[in-house]
Amino acid sequence: MDAVIASLPEYWDGFLRTLYLSVISGIIALLVGTLLAAMRVSPVAALRGFSMFYVEVARNTPLTIIFFFAAIVLPRLGVKFEQFEVAAIIALSSYTAAFIAEAVRSGVNSVPVGQAEAARSIGMTFTQVLGFIVLPQAVRTVIPPLINILIALVKNSSVAGAFFVLELFGYGRQLSNDYGDQVLWILLGVAFFYLLITVPLGLLAHFVERKVAIAR
Amino acid sequence: MTTQASGDALVSLNGVNKHYGQLHVLKDINLQVKKGEVVVVIGPSGSGKSTLCRAINRLETIDDGDIAIDGKKLPEEGKDLAHLRADVGMVFQSFNLFAHKTILENVTLGPIKVKKVAKGTADKEAMALLERVGVGHQAPKLPAQLSGGQQQRVAIARALAMKPKVMLFDEPTSALDPEMINEVLDVMIQLAKEGMTMIVVTHEMGFARKAADRVVFMADGQIVEDATPEEFFTNPKSTRAKDFLSKLLTH
Repeated sequence: MDAVIASLPEYWDGFLRTLYLSVISGIIALLVGTLLAAMRVSPVAALRGFSMFYVEVARNTPLTIIFFFAAIVLPRLGVKFEQFEVAAIIALSSYTAAFIAEAVRSGVNSVPVGQAEAARSIGMTFTQVLGFIVLPQAVRTVIPPLINILIALVKNSSVAGAFFVLELFGYGRQLSNDYGDQVLWILLGVAFFYLLITVPLGLLAHFVERKVAIAR
Repeated sequence: MTTQASGDALVSLNGVNKHYGQLHVLKDINLQVKKGEVVVVIGPSGSGKSTLCRAINRLETIDDGDIAIDGKKLPEEGKDLAHLRADVGMVFQSFNLFAHKTILENVTLGPIKVKKVAKGTADKEAMALLERVGVGHQAPKLPAQLSGGQQQRVAIARALAMKPKVMLFDEPTSALDPEMINEVLDVMIQLAKEGMTMIVVTHEMGFARKAADRVVFMADGQIVEDATPEEFFTNPKSTRAKDFLSKLLTH
């Protein structure tokens, strides 16, 4: 227990880095995932094909392999970055985007097709139909799976700890070495700080879900 | 109730064919609708009348033949198609009001987003339209709070807000409780009197008699008869139409 208290500054630093990794990757993944979902339902066959291919590859590949690819293969292909954090963000967001794309797509499919037909009938373009009519109504069904994906993202960010990024899990490993006799407490401390992010996310889901309810 | 002779066809379908897999749903359809004309399409269910109606603004694609609105051939996809659709009002069987928008927003959305009309102007015009169809006081509500008949009248107002050249009605009263059918038909009859070009797929023979210039009878994907309501209801030529009418009139 006192090891945890003595290490609070490290925990706090790791917590902030995990939060940073998750927020940045989460935002990128939301944008890319929504774009992929839009491509998947677009009238252009090539876009649909690309989106499907991307999603299948990204979500069926173990995250660790995607991390290896981002941290080791990308630099050899000429994509240079200063810190491993950038590789972590690339890996996390490209992996998570695939899951978000699937969640958004199922949300889009949950909106009755008549809504899109009515919108097209008054002359809206594909992007307008999606942006003004379909996505706003899809939000309600998408929020719960989306929050699940974001919670998974927060926990997945711990893989970055194995790739020389000092985030919560990275500090956890370091501290377990420093306090070999109190490993259990150290790890419980790590878990606690993860909960500090994931539990509020779940509460947020409840709140937003009620806020965007649509009567039919 | 005679066919107006002025001008070329506003809506013209030439040799239109469509298949759903093995099923040949539209068989070599030729139909010309002049400006100001009210054409009622009737026929047994599965005869392809809804498909025909939906093909006119390309909610259904066709396999061959061509469809032109006001002389312009229907574009395949993209911006051009969107522009053309803005000129073709569509009213659906299931209303399809935007569930997350208020009644007023349902009507103003098209003018504001598609025609780039200023919000103030769009609101004013939308209110006038809602008053005209008798639901002005419902403007701030959401669609789910309105009855079916009210929702369908809002849907008509939404289509009219785009100032369309032609209005398509795909069984507009089929999903309504009997007591609400007339309030919708009254709006449509008024619209017909004002000279709107209309293509109406319906089972309401009363509407066909009262407001139609022409009745098009479809069966098995084909146009079997194309006549004035007088002619069609008193003296149908084909056995198919006679059979259809006899079934209706026995009730």
